[in-house]
Amino acid sequence: MDWLASNWRTVGELTLSHLYLAGVPLLLGLALSVPLGWTAKRWRGSYAAVVTSTGLLYTIPSLALFVIMPLVLGTKILDPVNVLVAMTIYTVALLTRTVADGLMSVPDHVEQAATAMGYGGLRRLFGVELPLAVPVIAAGLRVAAVSNVSIVSIASVIGVSQLGDLLLDGYRRIIWGELLTGIVATLLLALLLDAVIQLGSRALTPWQRVAGGRP
Amino acid sequence: MIRFDAVTKEFPDGTVAVDDLTLTAPTGKITVLVGPSGCGKTTSLRMVNRMIEPTRGSISLDGQDTGRMDQAELRRGIGYVIQHAGLFPHRTVLDNIGTVPRLLGWDRKKIRERSSELLERVGLEAHLGERYPSQLSGGQQQRVGVARALAADPPVMLMDEPFSAVDPIVREQLQDEFLRLQDELGKTIVFVTHDIDEAIKLGDQVAVLRVGGTLAQVAEPAYLLAHPADDFVADFVGRDRGYRALQFQETPRLPLRPERCVVLGERPEGRGSTWLLVVDDDRKPLGWVEPARVGDRAVEDADLHRGGTVARAGGTLRGALDAALSSPSRRGVVVDDSGTLVGTVMAHEVLSAIEDTDRPERDEGDPVRGGAVTVAGDEA
Repeated sequence: MDWLASNWRTVGELTLSHLYLAGVPLLLGLALSVPLGWTAKRWRGSYAAVVTSTGLLYTIPSLALFVIMPLVLGTKILDPVNVLVAMTIYTVALLTRTVADGLMSVPDHVEQAATAMGYGGLRRLFGVELPLAVPVIAAGLRVAAVSNVSIVSIASVIGVSQLGDLLLDGYRRIIWGELLTGIVATLLLALLLDAVIQLGSRALTPWQRVAGGRP
Repeated sequence: MIRFDAVTKEFPDGTVAVDDLTLTAPTGKITVLVGPSGCGKTTSLRMVNRMIEPTRGSISLDGQDTGRMDQAELRRGIGYVIQHAGLFPHRTVLDNIGTVPRLLGWDRKKIRERSSELLERVGLEAHLGERYPSQLSGGQQQRVGVARALAADPPVMLMDEPFSAVDPIVREQLQDEFLRLQDELGKTIVFVTHDIDEAIKLGDQVAVLRVGGTLAQVAEPAYLLAHPADDFVADFVGRDRGYRALQFQETPRLPLRPERCVVLGERPEGRGSTWLLVVDDDRKPLGWVEPARVGDRAVEDADLHRGGTVARAGGTLRGALDAALSSPSRRGVVVDDSGTLVGTVMAHEVLSAIEDTDRPERDEGDPVRGGAVTVAGDEA
């Protein structure tokens, strides 16, 4: 507690940058996963290829990915963009399958009705398919959020600051207060993102809460 | 008018779903496609709005080849109702109904008004408009499906087994209301079902398809029952087709007999007859009662035998016969249009009326007048 009392300003700054480095990729990754997932659904033959290849990205060790980024992007080694891009890749890896499965969970007769009424292309995606896929996509997004909050700590090793710094520094210098603060703050951040996604999902799916309410 | 001109659909795996179908669905009429599974009825239906493209042949809408029309535009001009209604679960009932108008770019107020009007038209209360589909019963959902199909007032409606997923009582209600609605609207309708009874009840003309997608026969329902073209059609329309055909024969003057009645809540007079008809204060029949069981007390609701059906005077022979057969007293109850008792009739009296009536006969070699229907490739 003493440690936190004298360092709360730093902890606040690190929490914000942690949120930024984990949260922005979540949104970018979602935006990229939608066209990928839609492709996997639209052309069933591509489903296995798209879902497997994006899924494999998740197996790249995070440290390796952070280190490779400057080479691929031509950025400086300490540039936070490296982390943002790497985290976006992890998000895409987790969300592409979710989006594809979410879009495919739309009941057949609903799809048929949409087609018969003259829904085409993007209008159908945004008007019918995506809204109905929200519950499935939100579930995937929660996993991705927690995963991002956890993985992004490693960025401290390559010198991009966030809550991971507390863990690294606390471990090196054996400051229990700092270690504990780092762990609790990361945990709270993960819970916060999770709650935000759940609330967002609820707001977007009012029809889900009435189901079975009355005959 | 929808015209199928030598339409064939062969799927990539080689299955021929529809084989050289030539058929006309006349304007303002209900054309029912009926047949066993695999007869290509749904495929035929979906080729009209090009959810499936024909392999050969063409389909025209009022003389215009649908193959040359813009797909989305064509579909927005055709109402479509399917088995499980296919409502959008994430939209309220009113928003569901307003789907096509929204796609057509109507303004909000007009969409709202039109949707509410249709909600009422299909017999749903206004407060259901704000509900989500999952909050409605199957029958209610199906009504919303019909309302949604009607929203932009399309001249053509395609209906794919719309009533087959609801229970029999609701189905009958929906069918009756559908016919009432069609009386008002006069849409050109193609209706798919596997249920021959439904086909006969709803169709102005019925097209029977056989497995492999060939047309076996197309005719008015009464004609179909009386003159099935071959064994397949005869088999398909069923064993009791003679009885069912009676529903197309208006009741001639039946010798109605007066019936002794007792008003509910009063004591039956005399004990002579075995069954007494119980009516309400307005002489509307409620059921039958055995005076011996009632004794000296007043007739109560619990005493009523309600097994008998009620025929309408001027209704069909089927109704009259059924009333007689189902009545415990063997006397069929006949009422007027307002439901007031007119008299009763015995089965043998209906039967002699039937014997005096002619069966529907072939009319100049063409079952549907005006040459609206031609059957190609069926001469053999």
